[in-house]
Amino acid sequence: MSASIRDDGGLGVFATLRRGVALSPQLVQGAWLTLTLATVAALGKVVVPLVVQQAIDTGVSGTGDPDVNRVAVLAAIGTGVLVLSGLCSALVNVRLFRSSEGGLAHLRVKAFRHVHDLAVLTQNTERRGALVSRVTSDVDTISLFVQWGGIMLLVSVLQIAVSTVVMATLSWQLTIVVWLCFVPVALLSRPAQKRVSERYTVVREKVGAMLGAISESVVGAETIRAYGVAPRTQRRIDAAIDATRRAMVRAQVWVAVAFSSGVLVANGVLAAVVAVGVVLGTWGEITAGQLVAMIFLAQMFAGPVQMATEILNELQNAVAGWRRVIDVIDTPVEVVDPAPDGVDSPRGAAHVALRDVSFAYPGGPLVLRDVNLELPAGKRVAVVGATGSGKTTMAKLVCRLVDPAQGAVLLDGVDLREINGESLRRRVVLVPQEGFLFEGSIADNVAYGLRYAPGEEPSADEAREAVVAVCAELGLTDWYAGLPRGLDTPVGQRGESLSAGERQLVAIARAHLAGADLLVLDEATSAVDPATEVRIAQALEQLTHGRSTLTIAHRLSTAEAADLVVVVDAGEVVQVGPHRELVAAEGIYARLYEAWVAQTR
Amino acid sequence: MALTGSKVRRSLVLIGRGMRDEPVVYFWAVLSSGFFGALTVFVARAVGWVTDTVVLPALSGDVAAQGRWWVAGLLLLGIAVTLALSVAGRRIVAGLGYANLQAHHRTRVTRQYLRLPMAWHRQHPAGQLLSNANSDVEAATGVFNPLPFALGVVVMLFVAFGTLISVDPWITLAAFTIIPIVIAVNAIFQRRMSPAITHAQQLRAEVSDVAHESFEAALVVKSLGTADREEERFAAKADELRRANVRVGVVRAYFDPVIDALPNLGSLLVVVVGMIRLAAGEVEPGEVVAAAYLLTLLAVPVRAFGWVLGELPRALVGYERISRVVDAGGSLVEGTATLPAAAGPARVELRGVTVEVPTPRGPLALLHDIDLVLEPGRTVALVGATGSGKTTLASTVCRLLDPARGEVLLDGVDVRELSPDARTGAMTLVSQSTFVFEDTVRENVTLADPGDPAAPSDDDVWEALEAAHVADVVRGLEGGLDAPLGERGANLSGGQRQRIAIARALVRRPRVLVMDDATSAVDPRVERRILASLGEDDGSRPTVLLVAYRMSSVLLADEVVHLEAGRIVDRGTHAELLARDPGYAELATAYERDTERRAREAAEQAGDVEPEVTR
Repeated sequence: MSASIRDDGGLGVFATLRRGVALSPQLVQGAWLTLTLATVAALGKVVVPLVVQQAIDTGVSGTGDPDVNRVAVLAAIGTGVLVLSGLCSALVNVRLFRSSEGGLAHLRVKAFRHVHDLAVLTQNTERRGALVSRVTSDVDTISLFVQWGGIMLLVSVLQIAVSTVVMATLSWQLTIVVWLCFVPVALLSRPAQKRVSERYTVVREKVGAMLGAISESVVGAETIRAYGVAPRTQRRIDAAIDATRRAMVRAQVWVAVAFSSGVLVANGVLAAVVAVGVVLGTWGEITAGQLVAMIFLAQMFAGPVQMATEILNELQNAVAGWRRVIDVIDTPVEVVDPAPDGVDSPRGAAHVALRDVSFAYPGGPLVLRDVNLELPAGKRVAVVGATGSGKTTMAKLVCRLVDPAQGAVLLDGVDLREINGESLRRRVVLVPQEGFLFEGSIADNVAYGLRYAPGEEPSADEAREAVVAVCAELGLTDWYAGLPRGLDTPVGQRGESLSAGERQLVAIARAHLAGADLLVLDEATSAVDPATEVRIAQALEQLTHGRSTLTIAHRLSTAEAADLVVVVDAGEVVQVGPHRELVAAEGIYARLYEAWVAQTR
Repeated sequence: MALTGSKVRRSLVLIGRGMRDEPVVYFWAVLSSGFFGALTVFVARAVGWVTDTVVLPALSGDVAAQGRWWVAGLLLLGIAVTLALSVAGRRIVAGLGYANLQAHHRTRVTRQYLRLPMAWHRQHPAGQLLSNANSDVEAATGVFNPLPFALGVVVMLFVAFGTLISVDPWITLAAFTIIPIVIAVNAIFQRRMSPAITHAQQLRAEVSDVAHESFEAALVVKSLGTADREEERFAAKADELRRANVRVGVVRAYFDPVIDALPNLGSLLVVVVGMIRLAAGEVEPGEVVAAAYLLTLLAVPVRAFGWVLGELPRALVGYERISRVVDAGGSLVEGTATLPAAAGPARVELRGVTVEVPTPRGPLALLHDIDLVLEPGRTVALVGATGSGKTTLASTVCRLLDPARGEVLLDGVDVRELSPDARTGAMTLVSQSTFVFEDTVRENVTLADPGDPAAPSDDDVWEALEAAHVADVVRGLEGGLDAPLGERGANLSGGQRQRIAIARALVRRPRVLVMDDATSAVDPRVERRILASLGEDDGSRPTVLLVAYRMSSVLLADEVVHLEAGRIVDRGTHAELLARDPGYAELATAYERDTERRAREAAEQAGDVEPEVTR
């Protein structure tokens, strides 16, 4: 499990583009019409050279006076062509924006969903910022590239094509000269681009590290203040900022070298066209007007080439971002939801069995070893054991946050891996220790537990009713009545306006509202005061009557109240039985209980 | 730092400030850009000159001119080389300015993150603050990328005007009719673009917030199976952003072709006017060619104004957001007082401390008029129901927030007057939620840079880890003290993380140790040993304020303070409170009574005993 997400990616530029298009087919929808329109748009670029050529050949070089009327008519036609090509160009732009943004929105959502399906999110709690950036700034980079560069790339390529055709009709010899001048560009651009690409990869890495350093100053704000380590954090941030700055400057130097060699070629081609053109003209191969038109065309040719080179450089940046998004999507999901081939697990009191279950975190020792356990339907089971004994892992296995390395976890006799995800989540709900809350009110957060079919979202009033009812059932009415705005009290970012204990109360109400057949409580009341904890435990006891609960317990009061106690020690189940029997027997539990009583009374 | 005045004024100030921040860089930027601008015009002049002196005579049969083909070639090649060099210079300098300005902004913003108080942090989502330091900085400085180029274009236009006017006023007029139109189109564009871009940028931040929150809620999402719902929520925001981006795109879609066509139309006009002037014998053909060529050369540079103007709205928005952070006040003003070097436990006194938070209905008091003395070396347990204000009190003692009224004294000195070093050197807080830095175990404990002479030695670190009962865990990690923690580091359980955080506090040998339910995920027996290992009551044990629920922890305390709804109800030993404070008794005996109730119920069910009437 937890196959790490690649950072650099092995995909080349073209492989990335191909994979990217496959993931967002919207990008290439209607591409042919767009291409046709873009070709018309590119015609606008050759109007001026052709008019100049006509003006010189019929006016200046001729024997008579310049034919002003003829030039005026040509200029008027040229104006018409320019307006038409402008319209086409606008149309192309609009079409491209629509399709690219559609494709990117799709990609963004796909990556977002995939991250949720990955176990890394629940295993590795630190710095989720790295994953967030994959679905935000990396996609934004691509989007900005499309807006400010991608379209120009298409237009430039077409302009190059159209200019070439027109040049060839004027003078094939000079067209060859122009193309030859750009051979070095073509030859050198690949290695140069590779360099630029490497530099941009470095920039992105440095930006990532910098954001990591900055996020520590934000997420760890309390610790930093409590320990007075702001100067050190500042030093680390400053170093990261400066590393980013240096990387950017170094990348820019290469971009400048690449771009200015483009300028050199673009203007050098002018020299070649004039020199060769004069010689050709001397031989009578070309008229003065044609030569001057070639000068204009060579310039118009160079512009797009320059533009294309520059955009290709920026493309590196965008592709790097794209690659990072694709890497997320291509990371295999460790805990695969079998839906729609999965079995629907019928509702009713849940019976869970662990059969020869072993589990280890990647690269770590076995956390659980050959665990065999029956959790009878409709019973309250408590798991106790020392810190690090594997209690929490057991909860994760039963909720299928992870899959066992060996053995199987069965729900009513069916392997969890065969049950479709939605059905499983309906039946089994975990209340984690850290009760995370969404920004919003207490009522919003409790209502998050409501189950409903897609498209049948309950109305605000219905949701409110359900929330009030569930809080009353759990005896929380007095608690929220004492808050500044009752159920509408905002909980703040991550619920931080509430204390850890209050967050747990909301989390329990939320989970209870979900009405699962098996409720797994992982020390879900660890931060609540004893009186409240006992009250909630009693309420849950009554409310979950006939349903199954599995409680990972620190406090042995929970174990006392359970029908069955499971004692875990060093990854193995050492004792199973009702509280009264275990207390009476010699063993770990008796010792634990003795210590607990000594601590609490 | 916030900008005021009209949009034009704000834009100019923004650019001005950036250039003033990097005077040397922008001196060279302006110089190289100006040189580039003049050279570009010179290219057109050269083309005109070559047309008149080489191309036309040579192709009309002038043998001398035919022999000069290489002169024309060399001249143009020389200009090409110089131009390329000036472009390289301009770009490198522009890149330097852009990168330096970003670094400046980031430094300013992050300094604020570290300076501003917790109250400010709690009001600002992490996602937003990260985007302030990243995408908003990029937006605010984006305009400096095309800026040197645009400056070069200004020079280019002046030089072009000078050259053309020396040739013919009518051609000049024809060539320069497009300039005001270009400026007008840019102005219209900017007005349309600005709100669209602001909107898109806002949505980008919102998308980031949703992603941040949703990923942080991963465990909840997974356990309730609400990934579909989260996907919908995210997709809705992403779609809003898509529409906003398309709206931005559509404005650009129409603007680009217009700005592209303008120089071409100008060229056509120049050709027509030029032919008329040529027919009148007022100009040479080469001069017409040069003028028309100049306009085609302008086709790309003229867009630079568009790039600058296009970036400006974005830059203003980004700059404003950064300003909001940089200008944010309300920081806790740090004092300068130091404490005498005497080690040993310190005395903490709270006098009439009232702490308030703002709510829509006015300030809400979390703590009312608290008077409390923690004598040196004593361990005081703070006990109270969930939400009674224990964490607020602990934060106030450590000065994570300041009281609205009253004062907190450390050895008689108001903590607000203490220097940060003096304060954090004497007091450490282990909070409810532990934060682990992406760093090695050693540095997570010492919070010092490697090689820092003031950092605790490895022996001290091991000692602290032993005291926190986490040394065995660390020994089991690959690399021991050098094992990385955090995202790419080892997986530690909640309890292990809490113990690392405790070691972090202990290694400082604090004079006051505040533990805010810092052992909630630690096994009770382990917790008891940790508390016992703080030291003997012989002056080596710090003053301890313990926010706790467990009676085991409470029993370790010399004294218990019972807090209820932000007020101290009673204080005394556990036994005293148990006897005289019914609220405390309820908290303290909750489990006991629960056990009794259960036993009773079991007995009732078994029908062994008559139900007790009351108790």
